[in-house]
This record gives sequence, structure tokens and C-alpha cells, in this order.
Amino acid sequence: MAVTDTAIPTPLPFARIKPGRIVLWTILFIGGMLMITPILFMFSTSLKTAGQIYDLRLIPQNPTLANYVEVLTEGQFLRWFLNSAFVAICVTASNVFFDSLVGYTLAKFRFRGRMFVFIAILSTLMIPTEMLVIPWYLMSANFGWLDSYWGIMFPGMMTAFGTFLMKQFFETVPDDFIEAARMDGLNEFTIWWKIAMPLVTPALSALAIFTFLGNWTAFFWPLISTTSKELYTLPVGLTSFAVEQAIQWEMIMTGAAIATITTLLVFLALQRYIVRGVMLAGLRG
Amino acid sequence: MAAFELRDLVKAYGKTRVIHGIDLIIPDGEFVVFVGPSGCGKSTTLRMIAGLEEVTGGEIRIGDRVVNEVDPKERNLAMVFQNYAIYPHMTVRQNIAFGLYTSRLSKREKLEKVEAAGALLGLTPLLDRRPSALSGGQRQRVAIGRAMVRDPVGFLFDEPLSNLDAQLRAQMRIEIKDLHRRLRTTIAYVTHDQVEAMTMADRIVVMKDGHILQAAPPMDVYDNPVDVFTARFIGTPSMNIVPAKQTNGVVTLADGDPSVLAGVRPHDLLVGSEIAQPGLTLTGTVTAVEPLGPETLVHFEIAGQSIIATAPPHGGVTIGSNVTAKAPRGQVHLFDAVTEKALGRA
Repeated sequence: MAVTDTAIPTPLPFARIKPGRIVLWTILFIGGMLMITPILFMFSTSLKTAGQIYDLRLIPQNPTLANYVEVLTEGQFLRWFLNSAFVAICVTASNVFFDSLVGYTLAKFRFRGRMFVFIAILSTLMIPTEMLVIPWYLMSANFGWLDSYWGIMFPGMMTAFGTFLMKQFFETVPDDFIEAARMDGLNEFTIWWKIAMPLVTPALSALAIFTFLGNWTAFFWPLISTTSKELYTLPVGLTSFAVEQAIQWEMIMTGAAIATITTLLVFLALQRYIVRGVMLAGLRG
Repeated sequence: MAAFELRDLVKAYGKTRVIHGIDLIIPDGEFVVFVGPSGCGKSTTLRMIAGLEEVTGGEIRIGDRVVNEVDPKERNLAMVFQNYAIYPHMTVRQNIAFGLYTSRLSKREKLEKVEAAGALLGLTPLLDRRPSALSGGQRQRVAIGRAMVRDPVGFLFDEPLSNLDAQLRAQMRIEIKDLHRRLRTTIAYVTHDQVEAMTMADRIVVMKDGHILQAAPPMDVYDNPVDVFTARFIGTPSMNIVPAKQTNGVVTLADGDPSVLAGVRPHDLLVGSEIAQPGLTLTGTVTAVEPLGPETLVHFEIAGQSIIATAPPHGGVTIGSNVTAKAPRGQVHLFDAVTEKALGRA
């Protein structure tokens, strides 16, 4: 059969786009711009000198990395950065361990008072952080934890949200896996560690990322619980540029840019898990 | 290897009893299949033997040891689950080796055992694959490999073939049976599929509502069911049961209250046969015809009751026609009309 070369009119790409889509994209574009503009200005300001900061051009006239050099080499910025990293990593590791351990217990064991414990844990989600700060502070003061790493970390070492998230995920692990491992002679802790944990990797990753980012950007409690500059976390330390050195915007923006870059790197490395974790949490939570 | 013994075994969830004091001895090396409808207690019984369910009353013995309070891992039993329960984050080799996780064998000995189990089950080329890259049948073989690598005293199978398609199920039935022939390990196997029970078991245990109705070799259960439920549950198509009366040794359909229930298997109820002195004769209007090749199943109705009979492959039976089907003497099972217990044959 001969192939005919009949020209089929191809519709213009835009002809197929519905007007509703254009409106949607416009709204999304405006929303996107509103969100990204402060970040762009943060990076822009970090590349400006003190005299240029009120020049609102997005691309600085004479961009300089001097602020980065100064922030990273002078003062205690690097210490604050490491403090933040230390606190965030410790709290994340603690959450991954304890939240999943409690979540697994609540999901896979039947014992008297199980629902009561679960509801008690869940009910703490309804208490705003502001209400907890005073008890935390009094507790820290009584135990002598104020102005210490432990003092910064202890309120977040285990969270109701993490426990809830992990319980929901462990419930999706078929009991047959657990029982097969029991038949194979494993003890309960090894079953949790060797069998159940690898099966909820997406949830663990999501929990780790949320916890890390939450603690990396935490400001309120670290500000209250620390007084020594050596113990400041990055967000708290950044405020000292404003208080003691008459608001050095270019320095604040440089510090914030470095903190944001870290966050972005974590996100880029693990975004696959973040998206999956959020989706699964939405579906199964 | 060891025998299993259940003595007056009871299981209750709160006040609800689901197993009502059953007694059973499974001799060393026997392949016993628990069969029954959903909720009859067969899986619960198996899980109690495994130690995954607490025993409410009675006693379970494995060998000469009472194991009621013994942890699953201490019973030295291996279990194969309906959903395979092979760990998706491990390769086939790791999955099989996991059965030896607590074993005191050297690494080399473990490796040899895994390789041997892999070879026995035809898994050698698949040892480095993950379960996601395996078919259903291969996954089930991995689960069996993990179970057998431990040299357990007995195997427990909980509906292991339910998730497989018909063709694979038939193949796995033969493989499991062959495995039992080679290993001669005691096997307790749970299924709701009576074909599996008939083809694999040394002995079938028919359960209903937490009771054992009959425990006997497959053909004994088929030939001599103890009650109407067992008669209808074992055999495909199910046995026809009709209200009947027996006068001077002759069985006829009952007009009013039946004195007995007459049961005849479709393969014994023959359309167009020349049986001179039939044990039962039924006449009705054909509602469906199912040609199966070597034979044809004929569905017909008598007084609103559906009956299945067998006709020759090219018998020319048509829907709407009247047929007469006869069962030979000695092939009509009689059951008490009230208790539904077997009374013998006519």
C-alpha cells in the first residue's frame, strides 16, 4: 500500500490549551514569584556591600563574596553552623530511633491500654509549642540543663507527630513478615531492626528530613534555652548581627543564605523521599 | 522430625470460642491437610501449633513435649505463609539464609545449606535476585526454601497457594508433594481448596465451626463422608442432596417430610444410562449443559432443586428437555434428615 503524504493540519500548541489552564498557571506563577523573590533578594543582598543594601536591584552592581569570607572566617558563625548541625543530627537520630520504636510497638503489639497510650501521645499534638516553653524552661532550670546542648535538644528527642507517622506506616507492614521472623527465631528487637525498619524506609526518610529541617531552622526554643554565644544555633546566632552590630543586613542575609544552601542541599539529595513521604503520609495518615 | 498431638484443644477470643476442644494425632512424617470454609478455625489451629496464637485450653504436643507455653522459635517448626512473607529488602540467597539467622552453624555451612536448598527448589539461577523480580511461584519456592533450610521437625503451610493462578497452583501442588516424599517431614497444611486437600494429603481433616468433622485419607472422606457438610464440601461438583424416603431398600424422592437425605455424586448420577436396578432415579428439566470434553455436566431441576448429573460427551442433551438420570445401587449416600449424619449407602 502506498504511503500518501497528505498533510494533516497540526493544531498550534497554544490552540489546545484551555483558558482555565492559563488562569491556573498565572496564579501559580504569581505564587511562585512571591515565594522565590525574598530568597532571590537574600542571595542578592549577600553579594552586596553595606552601602548597596538599599539598592533594590536584584543583580548587584559590584557583586562581592567578601561577606561570605567575613562570615565564615570571623566571629562564631562556623561554630553556630556546627552547633545547628550537631543538634539537628542528634535530634533526628533520636526521633528515627524512638518514634519508630514506639510506633512499631503501638502498631504491632496488642496490650491493655494500647489505645490510651496512643491517644495520650496524639493529644499532645494539640498543645501549641508556646504553651510548652515555660514548663520546658522550668524543667531545664531544675535539672540544670539550661545553656547546654542537651537543654536545646531534649524537647524534640521524641515527637508525637513522628510516633503517629511511624505507627501508621508500621500498620501497613503485613503481620506475616513479623510472624515469619518470629518463627525463624528472632527476638522482638531484632525483628523490629532487621525486618520492620527496612520495610518503612520511605517513612523513616520523610521523618528524618522533616525533623532535620525543623531543627535546623528552629529558633524560639534555642533562643530561650541558651545564653552562651558558643552554644547558639545558626538561626539564633544570626540575630546577633542585628542586635550587637546595628543590623548588618548583608551579614544576616549571607548567614541566612549559607543556612538555606544547606537546607537546599539536603532537600535536593533527598527530595525523592520527601515527596514520597509526604504523599504516603497524606494517603495513609 | 516429630509427631504432633492436639488434645482437647480450645481457643477463645474473650467469651467467643472458635475452637471447641479438638483432638488429633498427626504421626511423624504424615502430610495432613486441614480443610474447611473460611472461619472454620483451621488457620487458628495451625497458628496455635506454630505458637503464634495462645492456647486457651487443652494441650499441644510436638514429639513428647507439651509446647503450650513454648515460644515459636523454640518449637523448631517452619511455617510458610499465604503471602509468602519473604523479605523484599533481601535477595533470594539472604531470604533463604535468614532461616538460619539464629543457627550456630559456621558461615560456610550456612552457605552450603542455602545452595543445597536453592538447588533442590530450582532457585540456583535466582539466588541473587530480589523478590520483586520473581514470579509468584518462585516467591513461594523461596519461602519454602527458607523454611526447609532449618531442618525443622515439621512444616506448617497456611494456604500457601492461594495467591497463585490455577496453572501454577497445580504445579506447586506436585512440587510440595514431591518435597514431602523426599524429606518425609511432618506437614500440617491449611487450605480451603478441597482439590488441594484431595491431591496432596495423606489424611484430610475436615473442619467446620471450630470442630473436626472427619479426619481420614482423602478417598475415605470422598467415599464415606460422615455428614452432609463433608459430603458436599469434598468433591467437585458438590454431591447432590435431595430429601428422600427409603421403602424396602428403595430410595425415592420424598413428597412430604423426608425420612432421610439422599446424596449422590454428579459422577455417579448418569444421564441416559441403562442401569437395570438403579439406587436412585431422578427426572427433571435441563437448565444448563456444561461440556467438559470427556464428559458433559447436565444441570436439571426437580421441584425447584438444582441437580447435577453426568452425560456422555456427545449425548445431545439440550436445555429445556426432560432428562432421566440414574445412580447405581451402592452409590447413593443416606443421611439422617435431622442430624445430617451419615446412615450408610443404598
